[in-house]
Amino acid sequence: MLNYSILIEHWDMYMQGFANTLKASVLALIGSLAIGTVMAVFRIAPVRPLNWIGAAYVEFIRNIPLILIVFVFFVGLPAIGIRFDSFTAGTLGLTVYTAAFIAEVIRAGILAVPKGQMEAARSSGLTYLQAMWYIILPQAVKIVIPPMGNQFINLVKNSSVLGVIAGLDLMYFGDLISSETFVTFDVYIFVAMFYLLLTIPLSLGVGALERRLARSR
Amino acid sequence: MDFIGAYAPAHLKFLLEGFAVTLEVAFISILFSFAIGIVIGVLRYSRIPFVSHILAIGVETIRNLPLLLIIFFTYFALPEVGFKLDKFYAAILALVIFESAMLSEIVRSGLNSIEKGQIEAARSSGLTYTQTLWHIVLPQALRRMVPPIVGQFISLLKDTSLAVVIALPELMNHAQIINGRNVNYVIPIFLLVAIMYFIVNYSLSLISRRLEHKHL
Repeated sequence: MLNYSILIEHWDMYMQGFANTLKASVLALIGSLAIGTVMAVFRIAPVRPLNWIGAAYVEFIRNIPLILIVFVFFVGLPAIGIRFDSFTAGTLGLTVYTAAFIAEVIRAGILAVPKGQMEAARSSGLTYLQAMWYIILPQAVKIVIPPMGNQFINLVKNSSVLGVIAGLDLMYFGDLISSETFVTFDVYIFVAMFYLLLTIPLSLGVGALERRLARSR
Repeated sequence: MDFIGAYAPAHLKFLLEGFAVTLEVAFISILFSFAIGIVIGVLRYSRIPFVSHILAIGVETIRNLPLLLIIFFTYFALPEVGFKLDKFYAAILALVIFESAMLSEIVRSGLNSIEKGQIEAARSSGLTYTQTLWHIVLPQALRRMVPPIVGQFISLLKDTSLAVVIALPELMNHAQIINGRNVNYVIPIFLLVAIMYFIVNYSLSLISRRLEHKHL
C-alpha cells in the first residue's frame, strides 16, 4: 500500500512541480515551433546557404543528447559570462533540442503538399514567402498535427531533465520530497502518476487524430 | 576558453574511456530490449486475450513516462524494496525497461504492416499460426523494422547520458569531471563531447537511410 500521507502533506510541492513541468513544456513548444518552422523553411527554400544552415542545425542537434544541450546553457554559457537561472536554462535547452525534431516534422508536412500548389501560387504573383505563408503552411498544418502531438508528449517527458539542474519541475520536487521524507519508492510513484496525467491523455488524443487522418485519406 | 588545456592527452583518454562505457551500456541494453521487444510485440500482435491487454497497459505506461524517472527508480527506489543494483546494472535495467516498450511498438507496427493476405495464404497452405508468424510474417516485418530500430538505437545512445544523474562513469559524467577542474575547459569539452556523439549517431543514421532506400 502506498503511503498517501506523503502525497497529501506535500501536495503543494507536487503541484508546483507539476505546474513548472507544464510551463516548461508549453514554453519550449512555442519556442521550438518558431525555430523549427524557420529551420524547415530554410531546408527547402531555393537558397543553397539556407539549406546548409537548416540541415546543419537539424542533423547536429538531433544526434547529440538533450542533457548535453541543457548543460551548455546551464554550465557552458555561464563560463563565458552568460547566466540563466536553472528553469530558463532547462527550457532553452529543451527548445533548442525539440526544434530540430519539429523542423523535420514541418518539413515532411510541407513536402506532402503537392508541388502544383506552390507553382500556382507563384504564377499568380505571390512571392516565395507569401506563397509559403498563405498557401503551403496552412495546408501542411493539418498533416503535421499528429506527429506534432507526439513531439509534445516527448517534450513533456524530456522536461524531466530540468530535475538534473534543479529546474523546479516535477523531478526536482520529487527529489526534494524524497530527501525530506527519506522515502523514495512511493514519492516517485506519485511523480510518475503526475507525468501520466499529462502524457496519457495526450497519447490517446494523438492516437485518435492519427486514426481520423488515416480514414480521411 | 582553454582549448589546449582541455584537450590534454589525459583528458582525451578519460573521455574515450567514458565513451566506451556509453557504448557498452547502450549495446547491452539494445540486445536485451530487442529480444524482449520482439516477444512483447508478437504477443500483442497475436491478440491473446488478457495477456495482450496487460502488456498494452504496461507498454503504454512505460512509454508515457520519462526515462530519467525510470533511471531514478531502478537506482534509488528499488533498494527500498530490497532490490539493490550497482549503477551499471541499474542504468541497464532502466534502459531495457524503457527501450523494450519502445521497440515492442516498432515490432508491432512492423507486423501490422504485413498484408493480411499473406497470413491467409500461409494458413490455407497448411502452416500453423506459429509457423506462419515465424516463417512468413516475422522475416518480412523484421526487414521493414530495421530503419526505425536503428533510429531507436540512436535515441538509446543519446539517452545513456541521462545516467549522469546516478554518476554512471559514462561520457557525460567524465566530461563533467573534467569541467570541474577548470571553468575554461567547459566549452571546449562540451564541443568535443557533442562531436563524439554526433559522429557515432550520424554515421548510424546514414546507415539507416541507406537501408531504407534498399528495402522500400
